[in-house]
Amino acid sequence: MSSSRILIIGAGQAGGRAAEALRVAGFTGPVTLVGDEMEPPYERPALSKEVLLGAAAPESTYIHPREQWRAKDVELICGVRAEAIAPGSRSVMFSDGTRLDYGQLILATGSRVRPLIGVDDTLGGVHYLRTIDDAKRLTRDLVPGKRVVVIGGGFIGLEVASSASKLGLSVTVVERQPALLERALPADIAAAVERLHREQGVEFRLGAGVSALVGSANGNGNANRRVTAVGLSDGAELPADVVVIGIGIIPNTEIAEGAGAESADGVVTDEFGRTSVEGVWAAGDVTSHYNPLLGRRVRLESWQNAQNQAIAVAKNVIGPPVAYAEVPWFWSDQHGVNIQMVGMAQPGAVTVWRGDPASGRAMAFSVVDARIVCATAFNAGGEIRFARKLIESHTPVDAGVLSDASRKLKDLAGRADRPIATHDAAAAV
Amino acid sequence: MGWHAVAEEGALGDDEALGVTVGKVQIAILRAAGALHALDNVCTHQYALLSDGYVEDGCIECPLHQGKFELTSGNAMCAPVTEPVKVYPVKVDGGKILVELPD
Ligand SMILES: Cc1cc2nc3c(=O)[nH]c(=O)nc-3n(C[C@H](O)[C@H](O)[C@H](O)COP(=O)(O)OP(=O)(O)OC[C@H]3O[C@@H](n4cnc5c(N)ncnc54)[C@H](O)[C@@H]3O)c2cc1C
Ligand code: FES
Repeated sequence: MSSSRILIIGAGQAGGRAAEALRVAGFTGPVTLVGDEMEPPYERPALSKEVLLGAAAPESTYIHPREQWRAKDVELICGVRAEAIAPGSRSVMFSDGTRLDYGQLILATGSRVRPLIGVDDTLGGVHYLRTIDDAKRLTRDLVPGKRVVVIGGGFIGLEVASSASKLGLSVTVVERQPALLERALPADIAAAVERLHREQGVEFRLGAGVSALVGSANGNGNANRRVTAVGLSDGAELPADVVVIGIGIIPNTEIAEGAGAESADGVVTDEFGRTSVEGVWAAGDVTSHYNPLLGRRVRLESWQNAQNQAIAVAKNVIGPPVAYAEVPWFWSDQHGVNIQMVGMAQPGAVTVWRGDPASGRAMAFSVVDARIVCATAFNAGGEIRFARKLIESHTPVDAGVLSDASRKLKDLAGRADRPIATHDAAAAV
Repeated sequence: MGWHAVAEEGALGDDEALGVTVGKVQIAILRAAGALHALDNVCTHQYALLSDGYVEDGCIECPLHQGKFELTSGNAMCAPVTEPVKVYPVKVDGGKILVELPD
């Protein structure tokens, strides 16, 4: 007899939200959520922010307290790894030797940190940051007065830099590219973020590669050796008590690939969350999914995608298919400034500023052909919903109006409620 | 703690919100569809102030992750919020907005 179970592999944010959404949508069959971490599903963003600062407990990141999953009739199995999928017999083999049958399978295996190759990252004091355990270990090393070198000028690295500097460590960020946040933001907006850090005393080595992690000579064997410096490709050595590597992530696609699912920098799904294998769906960081708004596939590494795509896919598994189509959104907190981005940065976009980021509150719009493609808000998160509307509706905008902080974005976006065609016609006039 | 005057009545237009602090409690005062509401200002998800949020369909939407709370009950209405916010009695008297806090 075929199973009615919906099995979810990966009990992170996407897995947890998918399980919850199945129940909210009224699914009454068995739901089993299996993850290889010991924690119940949790949200990672606070790990580089409030948790690192000691302002929030690791458990505060749990989507629900552990015991509530039973109350929702979700069978949560922690600390067990899915090893292989047999799509023919619709079953999954696990690391503890068990096997589970499924009717439908949702892959929410997320991603893992990208290792820094060619250096000794096993030295004491060297950290990556992805899990609650990672955050706990790093917290113990972030002692005021120590020197931390952050490798990687992306969001995670910069958030760690911000938290460490607030905790009283001296911080240097090493980035191989000439600018920070290369993948996410246009250079002039990233420069505003860099200024924010420099004002707080964070130092930068941009355009610098890392050639070695230098360890102490003492200690009996490798076990006690700690990092003492970071060797740069130009020959310089930065003294370091703590090193945090944040150079990106790798989607956990292997198990899907083993089942024959198409994969290309992420498990390929359509806008409904279907993989190329019958009965197998995917959501969250692991997917390279088609976004109808953007007209192409994207792999996102974001809280929004982990939550909302998972909810959408869970509903599609049990009901009529509805495309997951949202404008990508991301946020970050650095040095007390809340940064939010909506849309996708595009080469060739012109930046229109609204306010001066040095004043603490500002927005930057990336504009292509008089349309906003991406908006970044510094301590102006309340405006993001209006920017999103302007992006979604392709409303033509005037740079002079956008940059005029006395013109309410809300009013500009209000016009976006009218049919898009009208605007296009108006723009052509 | 009884009733506390927190703002001039005219300080708040329709669909507008205001953050106030009474003692140690941060409260969001909102006017939606003509009616006043008072609720805890700090979101129960992570740290964000609901008074910076957006009022729509009888709910206040958190400016950070778009969690929604019902204005009348404080109930959490959608992901990611799961815990309600407290609501407080609110009234207008002598041109001032007053909020009642429990003892
Ligand atoms: C420190 C940090 C800060 C962040 N800050 C932000 C932020 O400010 N804003 C933002 O938008 N995003 C942020 N992110 C990104 C966001 O957290 C991720 O996009 C999100 O966690 C993705 O969720 P997911 O469920 O798809 O994957 P994950 O959270 O990676 O969860 C996948 C889970 O599946 C498990 N798993 C994998 N393979 C198997 C298997 N074979 N069997 C069983 N279990 C398996 C993994 O161990 C993991 O527990 C941050 C991430 C980190 C690490
Ligand atoms: S802080 Fe309010 S929804 Fe996240």
